[in-house]
Amino acid sequence: MSFTTLLMTLVSSTLVYAAPLIFTALGGTFSERSGIVNVGLEGMMVVGAFSSIVFTLDFDKTLGNATPWLAILVGGAFGLLFSLLHAVATINFRADHIISGTVLNLLAPGLCVFLTRIFYSGKGQTPVISQGLDKVTFPGLSKIPFFGEVLFTRTSLIAYLAILISIVSWYFLYRTNIGLRLRSVGENPVAADTLGINVYKYRYMGVLISGFLGGMGGAVMALTITLNFSTNTISGQGFMALAAMIFGKWHPIGAMGAAVFFGLAQSLSITSAYIPLLSHVDSVWFQIAPYLITIIVLVIFLGKAVAPAADGTNYIKNK
Amino acid sequence: MAKDVVEMRHITKQFGNFKANDDISLTLHQGEILALLGENGAGKSTLMGMLSGLLKPTAGQILIDGKEVEMDSPRDAKNLGIGMVHQHFMLIPAFSVLENIILGDEPLKQGRIDYKQAEKDITALAEKYHLDINLKAKVADITVGMQQRVEIMKALYRKANVFIFDEPTAALTPQEIEQLMKIFRTLAAENKSIIFITHKLKEIKEAADRCIIIRAGKVIDDVMVADVAEEKMAEMMVGRKVRTTVDKEPVDQTKTVLEVSGLNVEKDGLAAVKNLNLTVHTGEIVGVAGVDGNGQSELIDALTGLRKIKSGSVKVNGKEYANHSVREITEAKVAYIPEDRQTVGLILPMTIAENLVLKNYYHAPYNKQGILNYNKINADGRQLVKDFDIRSQSEKEAVGSLSGGNQQKVIVAREIASQPDLLIAANPTRGVDVGAIEYIHEKINAERNAGKAVLLISFELDEILKLSDRVVVMHAGEIVGEIDPNHTSAEELGLMMAGQKKTAAK
Repeated sequence: MSFTTLLMTLVSSTLVYAAPLIFTALGGTFSERSGIVNVGLEGMMVVGAFSSIVFTLDFDKTLGNATPWLAILVGGAFGLLFSLLHAVATINFRADHIISGTVLNLLAPGLCVFLTRIFYSGKGQTPVISQGLDKVTFPGLSKIPFFGEVLFTRTSLIAYLAILISIVSWYFLYRTNIGLRLRSVGENPVAADTLGINVYKYRYMGVLISGFLGGMGGAVMALTITLNFSTNTISGQGFMALAAMIFGKWHPIGAMGAAVFFGLAQSLSITSAYIPLLSHVDSVWFQIAPYLITIIVLVIFLGKAVAPAADGTNYIKNK
Repeated sequence: MAKDVVEMRHITKQFGNFKANDDISLTLHQGEILALLGENGAGKSTLMGMLSGLLKPTAGQILIDGKEVEMDSPRDAKNLGIGMVHQHFMLIPAFSVLENIILGDEPLKQGRIDYKQAEKDITALAEKYHLDINLKAKVADITVGMQQRVEIMKALYRKANVFIFDEPTAALTPQEIEQLMKIFRTLAAENKSIIFITHKLKEIKEAADRCIIIRAGKVIDDVMVADVAEEKMAEMMVGRKVRTTVDKEPVDQTKTVLEVSGLNVEKDGLAAVKNLNLTVHTGEIVGVAGVDGNGQSELIDALTGLRKIKSGSVKVNGKEYANHSVREITEAKVAYIPEDRQTVGLILPMTIAENLVLKNYYHAPYNKQGILNYNKINADGRQLVKDFDIRSQSEKEAVGSLSGGNQQKVIVAREIASQPDLLIAANPTRGVDVGAIEYIHEKINAERNAGKAVLLISFELDEILKLSDRVVVMHAGEIVGEIDPNHTSAEELGLMMAGQKKTAAK
């Protein structure tokens, strides 16, 4: 394998693994910027993955090539609905955010596997979809010498979209008035309230966007990597996304960068066989690596990183 | 005669059976600075809450610019030109000053915030009203004084004509207070009207035109400040004569209780207390004067066992207690009234009785084999609540729901009831009203008269001069001089606090 091809493989598989994490980490950013801690990202991904696979299996005959793209949106929509539970529990009923999030994580796999058994005659996993998200070669861009081949040939379109969405998210959070208000309720809801900002409304917005992006993340995972749904479809990616968000200091661009790094860590378990120096290392280590890095990142950065000041606190409006 | 911008007519506000405001009427003229004077719990904040849209009156009318209005939210008050500057600033530390000012009323250009326009508008306002603020800085990085100017700018930016300040000077340094008073006058000169809530008489004298005195929910008097003496206003506020001195009885002052020698304490690796020597005798109040941040906090923390001592000796009744545990020091009959009652002195969600027993809960009669005797705890709590005039519904009320003055009384009660040989009091009257100050001063002085040793650390010169038998001045971690409080002035003390050694002869 030539050096350029090797690099291309590494970049494209990194992006494939990074894409679900980018979506989900951005989701976490929105939720926590509004002051609601979201450890339920994993559960939201599960719901997104399940609903997108069911949708694809049911509609790929009628909708053709557009199916997986629509399935991502369907995954997002179900993720949003599912996140409504978290929003109601934490915003209206002032539940502890960690406990509510944990409930989502316990509920989602149970519910989705249960539904899988009902829909697919008692089997614990869905059939494999015939049409996932294929790798794309960008016309024009791929002609650029070296970079075109490494970055834009047979690569993941959805990952580039995810990067684009992270830039849009940054613009939304840091350049628009809605973004400023959303961040203000995550920093000091009392102050925001005295300025006539509806704290509940913006917190709902944060959690629901988070559910939508988390659901999309799960859908992307299912549609590009596993190609079906089972209990193992989402195995810790939600927590990796959470770690990426913290590593990225609750900033959309930072979270995206960290998610790409985690994507690289995951892709190494597959690509390491082709990389001269790493090919002698037992691949088990590369399979462990992403989880190990997640724990290390959380331990090192969680204490130091500056979270939104009111993250995890409930707001009680005065009479 | 300037026109009336605010008129409140026969306002009554009832919470359950309790009348927080009882038939209060008030007018505010254009360009006027009005002070609202009253003790904690007199109903000042309730009254202003109704004017700023946070609360709704049970009865009565509010007129703004001669028109009757009804306000359902702070937003309504804002639209009527009323701006509130809260005691605890409503700012977001992680945001820039500019973002804090425009939040909720952001100028937009094609869907995005038009920061340039905002900056231009605010800079123009800042120049007009001589408000020195740095728009680019993060709020977390600016001084308390500037944070307050940001709050004022928030109101100005929303085109406020009436400014309500709730205890605006509570957290400010003397220089910042002076600046604020200047801002008040600038605002008034531009035809803005100001109401400020306070219980500090000096500020009223300095800044206000008129003063309305409120006690127990009723207006006691409405006076022109220039015509009335401070003492008279204090009397009206409290409802009786306020004493500005304490009675010192002759007591034996020969026995040493606290002896500190060669004390060195570090903070973040830097020397905070340097080679400090200090003695306190029986029947003596030793005042430690000094500007905040000159090592006083570190000194107290070291004496009470909260901070490690690098070198030196701390002897209580002749026994060495340097670097001993807090409990060992407490059991050596050292009591401590901390500076920060809410984070150090009390556990706010727990009851008054529980807070009162925090130093004794682990032994009889409050504790038998690890089981708390709540009958005894509550009975003794009830007694202390009575003895120390802690105004509360019962000893089982959460301490967090008491006013600042009464919270402080809980601490004073707990510490004095432990019958200490040495009482360490750090800013014991910070942020409490005149009545409570008088009460706490009496209690501290009574300890002295009973032959106990008292170490008093305070940033209030008046307090130091009123209570102390001896005064030492601390500057940059050292004691720079000692003076006799009966033969000195605030000016002389001030110079020493600024670090001028020994210009003041005894």
